[in-house]
Amino acid sequence: MAEQKKTYRVLIGKPGLDGHDRGAKFIARALRDAGFEVVYTGIRRTPEEIAAAAVQEDVSAVGLSLLSGAHMSLFPAVVKALKNSGAGDIPVLGGGVIPDEDIALLKEAGINAVYTPGTPVDKIIGAFRAACETQKSGRN
Amino acid sequence: MISEQLLRGLREHDPRGIARAISLVEENDPLADEILSSIDDSLVDQAMVLGITGPPGAGKSTLTDRIISKYRSQGSRVGVIAVDPSSPISGGAILGDRIRMMGHALDKDVVVRSMATRGRLGGLCAAAGAAVRILAGSGCSVIIIETVGVGQSEMDIIRLADITALVLAPGLGDDIQAMKAGLLEVADILIVNKADCAGAETLAMDMECIAREGGNKKNTTQVCMTTASEGKGIDELLAAIETVDASHRESGERRTRREKAYDLEVLDWAIEMIKPSIIEKIENLGHARKGAPRLLASKLLGQNNLG
Repeated sequence: MAEQKKTYRVLIGKPGLDGHDRGAKFIARALRDAGFEVVYTGIRRTPEEIAAAAVQEDVSAVGLSLLSGAHMSLFPAVVKALKNSGAGDIPVLGGGVIPDEDIALLKEAGINAVYTPGTPVDKIIGAFRAACETQKSGRN
Repeated sequence: MISEQLLRGLREHDPRGIARAISLVEENDPLADEILSSIDDSLVDQAMVLGITGPPGAGKSTLTDRIISKYRSQGSRVGVIAVDPSSPISGGAILGDRIRMMGHALDKDVVVRSMATRGRLGGLCAAAGAAVRILAGSGCSVIIIETVGVGQSEMDIIRLADITALVLAPGLGDDIQAMKAGLLEVADILIVNKADCAGAETLAMDMECIAREGGNKKNTTQVCMTTASEGKGIDELLAAIETVDASHRESGERRTRREKAYDLEVLDWAIEMIKPSIIEKIENLGHARKGAPRLLASKLLGQNNLG
């Protein structure tokens, strides 16, 4: 009958100058097909723009995709921009071409999870769902 | 106390408070009543609600972006409700209208909210209407509702607008397609976007013909040509919006539309509120699915003391 399960809203964004959005669009579609409402910001956004959009759209998680190698500065910058907007409770997940040794550092910098090419999509969707659940329950 | 904090946030134009309030109302949360009754009705009355509709790819979002810029340069605070369809299979949605409006992302006086249709039987008008109220209550004097002009629920939310603009572009079908749409009848302003493309003049002439045909709301329909991607024709469009708004205020059309929209919203909320109990009854029936569904429906409503 009617679906009673919660509809989660997430934002997928691409910070920085990297214009390769195949991965971001793939994840956006996969999330849509898993029942998420996905706000897509398009390419070449500043961390501040992504944070402002996440706040206005009241999303429960932000997903970032980056292939340029600038993840060490841009991913934490989004986390910081969210904090500055009073939205530090919104988890940030990252994906892209990211060396293993950077992943631990990114997690230390407040990134919820980081996924590299080859990760099964179900795992990523599961991570978004878990992150959304945590964010929502922390709020209500 | 969570609501107190929220209501204060709303009054103080806090982006998070506004966003949260819209979510709570959209999710039909118990706090919705408190949020909505806290809103200053006079602000809702004063706001101008502009509906922008048209086929996919006509340039609605790009045009909305340009319209926002103009109203911002006049000092107005602008709210946008961008509606995109939900997948009927998964219930998910890609909300991509923001992409064209990201230039305003850091402007605190532009509040953009994407909303999915959520494939509901009704409820969308209720949610969008409530979002209009929240945006108006948080100081937006111009509120734009942008939606693809297909499907009944999308048509219904356009009826929440004081003024409706239909965006068309050359190359999306001939004038017969436009006549089919049924949207031409509800549009106050016909916008031929992508005016720099071949076929735009012809389309504009066709639209002029339609606008000047007797039956079309006392011939107040305006036709505008724009090239949204280059920001051309936007001043003329805003002038047309002003003309229509002035004539609607004078003729009482604005009031009439507001009243109709109000009734529509009440009906939509009523359906939204009664639906869960009916769904529950259907789920608890444990009946064999036999006989005419209509008979069972009236029986259920009878039990509900509504029949």
